[in-house]
Amino acid sequence: MITITNISKSYGKVQALKNVGFEVSRGELFGLIGPDGAGKTSLMRILATLILPDSGSASIAGRDVVKDYRYIRNNIGYMPGRFSLYQDLSMEENLQFFATIFGTTIKENYELIKPIYSQIEPFKKRKAGALSGGMKQKLALSCALIHRPEALILDEPTTGVDAVSRTEFWEMLKELKRYDITIIVSTPYMDEAGLCDRVALIQSGNILQVDTPQNIVNSYKGKLYAIKAQDIYQLNNLLRQHTNIESCFTFGEFLHIVFKNDSSEQQAIVLDYLENQGMKNIVVQPINPNIEDCFIQLLQ
Amino acid sequence: MRNIFIIVKKEIRQILRDKLMMLIIFVMPTLQLLILPLAATFEMKEIKMYVVDFDNSPTSRDLINKFSSSPFYNIVGSAYSHRQAEANIISNKADFVLEIPANMERELQTLGAAKVQFVVNAINGMVAGLINGYSTAIIADFNSEIRTELTGGKYTNQLRAPTYSYWFNPQLDYKTYMIPGILIMMVSIIGLFLTAMNMVREKEIGTIEQINVTPIRKYEFIIGKSLPFCLIGLVVLTLGLLLAMLIYDVPVLGSIWLIYGVAMVYLFAVLGIGLFISAISDTQQQAMFVAWFFVMIFILISGLFTPSESMPDWLKGINTVNPIYYGIKMIRMVMLKGASFYDILPELKAVAIYGVCAMSLAVRAYRKRV
Repeated sequence: MITITNISKSYGKVQALKNVGFEVSRGELFGLIGPDGAGKTSLMRILATLILPDSGSASIAGRDVVKDYRYIRNNIGYMPGRFSLYQDLSMEENLQFFATIFGTTIKENYELIKPIYSQIEPFKKRKAGALSGGMKQKLALSCALIHRPEALILDEPTTGVDAVSRTEFWEMLKELKRYDITIIVSTPYMDEAGLCDRVALIQSGNILQVDTPQNIVNSYKGKLYAIKAQDIYQLNNLLRQHTNIESCFTFGEFLHIVFKNDSSEQQAIVLDYLENQGMKNIVVQPINPNIEDCFIQLLQ
Repeated sequence: MRNIFIIVKKEIRQILRDKLMMLIIFVMPTLQLLILPLAATFEMKEIKMYVVDFDNSPTSRDLINKFSSSPFYNIVGSAYSHRQAEANIISNKADFVLEIPANMERELQTLGAAKVQFVVNAINGMVAGLINGYSTAIIADFNSEIRTELTGGKYTNQLRAPTYSYWFNPQLDYKTYMIPGILIMMVSIIGLFLTAMNMVREKEIGTIEQINVTPIRKYEFIIGKSLPFCLIGLVVLTLGLLLAMLIYDVPVLGSIWLIYGVAMVYLFAVLGIGLFISAISDTQQQAMFVAWFFVMIFILISGLFTPSESMPDWLKGINTVNPIYYGIKMIRMVMLKGASFYDILPELKAVAIYGVCAMSLAVRAYRKRV
C-alpha cells in the first residue's frame, strides 16, 4: 500500500533522512518510532506531498507521491504534528469545510467518523481554539477521515496529549482497521509501539529495524535484568564501571542491565561487589525487554 | 469554481467573527476621512505680514491696503527698520515682510518702474511658495491699476491681466480635490494590509499545512482569498463616498457605476500585491513591513499630497508602476471631471495589466510544497 524506497532528504548540511525504505501493507497500523529530530516528520511530509525528497521515491496505493500528488492529496488523510485547523471556526464548521473541499458531506461519511466524532459532537458549536488537547486531536482525526481516505498519515498525534486521551486515541485507530484504512503514525513514545501491527525504529535519519513489536522484542540480545538499590545514583555509577556489565540504563526507579557473563556465579560476584561498596536493599529481577530497551540496544 | 466559493465562505465567516477586523474595516476609514481632509488643506489663511514702508507715499499706502484688504493677509506690525522686520521673521512672529524702498512713488512716476522687496519665511518651502505666489498676484493686480493712473488714462484699453476661471473646482476647494484621493488611499491601505497579513497568518498558525494536502488548486485558493477583501474594499469605498457627499459635499460628476468598476479593477491589482507579499513572507511582521514600505512610497509619490508632475523624471518613472497613482488619477477624473469610461481607458488598462501580473505572481509564489 505504501512503499518507500531509498528516500534521502537534507536541509542544508543536516541530513534528515538517509536512504530510508520500508513497506506498509494495506490495512496495517504502522508505527514510525524514534526520538525528536530522528526524521519522522520529514518522512511524513514527503508522504503527504508537502515536501519533495532529494532522492528516492515513495508511493501510496501504487501512485507516486511526487508525480501523482494530485491523486494522493485526494485520497489520503493527513494530520500534521501541530494542530492545524481553524481555531476561529467552530468544530462543526471545520469539519464541514474539509468535507466540502473534498467534495463530500459530513452525512455521507458520518458512519466512518462516528466512533470519534460522536464523543465530541455535543460541543460542535464550540470554536476549535477553545477545545482541550484531547478534543482537538479527535476533531483533527475526524477532519482527516471525513473524505474516507485510503491511507492516514498521522504525524505525532499523541504528543502533548494526556495519558487517557492517548489510550483513547489508539483505541480509535484500532477501530479504523475495520474500514481497511492503512495508517502510518509517528510517535516519540516507545510504549506506543506495542499498539502497532508493525513498527519502524528510526534514529538520525536511519531506519534501525522494521518488524512487529513482538519480533523486535524477541530479537533482543542477552538477558535483561532490572535492578534497584537505595542509592540509585551511586548504583548506576558502580555498574557502569563494572567490567561484567554490558549495558546499564536508567528506566524509571530501576536500572536495566545486561551482564556480559550471565552465569549465576558471575552475577553473584557483581552483587557482592555492590554490597561491599555500601549498596543497601539491592533488588534484582529478570525482566522481558520492551521496545525502548531494543531501541537502546540497536543504537549501540 | 466550487472550491473558490468554499474558501470565500470560510474567509467571510472568519472576518465577521473577528471584532477587531470589523473595527478596522468600519471605524478606521471613517476616522481617516473625517480627519485627513482637514489636515491636508493647502489653502493659506492668515499670512502674518510685516510692513516696512520707507516711502510713506499715497502709492505705497495703496499697495499696503491692497494686501490688508485681501482675506489671506493679516498685518501684524510695521517698522522703519529692515533689521526689525528680520527679527520678526526669525522669532516666527511674521511669515512675510513687504519692504517698500524710499522714493518708490517718485521712481514710478519718473522712471516708470520701481522695486519692492518680499522676505518670506521659507522654513516650509511649500507655504513660502504659496505666499510668494499670492503676493506676486497682488502686485500684478496693483500694477494694472496704477498703470492707468500714472499714464493719465492713456492705456486704459490695454489688455488687462487675464481673469481666471477654475474649471471643475470653481472655488478651488482643496477638500474637493483631496477627498477622492483619500478614498483611494483608504481602499488601498485596507486592501493591501489585510491581504498581506491574511495568507501569512495561515502559515504562522499552521492551517496552511492542512490546506496544502487538500485538492484545492493554488489559483482557487488565491482567488478565494481575494474576493472577500474585494468586497470589503467596496464596502469601505461606499462608506467613504457617502461621507464625502454628506459631510464634504464633494461632487460626483461621473457615473457611480464607473467608480465601482474602477474600484474593482483597482482592488484586483492592490489585492494581488498584498497576496504576493503574503505568499513570500514567513511571518506577519515581515509582511507588515514590506506592505508598509510599498504603501508609504506609493502614496507619497502618487500625487495625493503633492502634484506628481513636479517630481523629478526618474520618480515620475516609478509612478508608471504605482497602482495608487493610476487609482487616484482615475477617481479624480471620474468624480470631479465626470470622465467617461473611454477617458480613463489608458489608466484602467494599465491597472488591469498590473492586476493580472500581481495575481499571477501571487499564485506562483504560493507554494503548496517545497
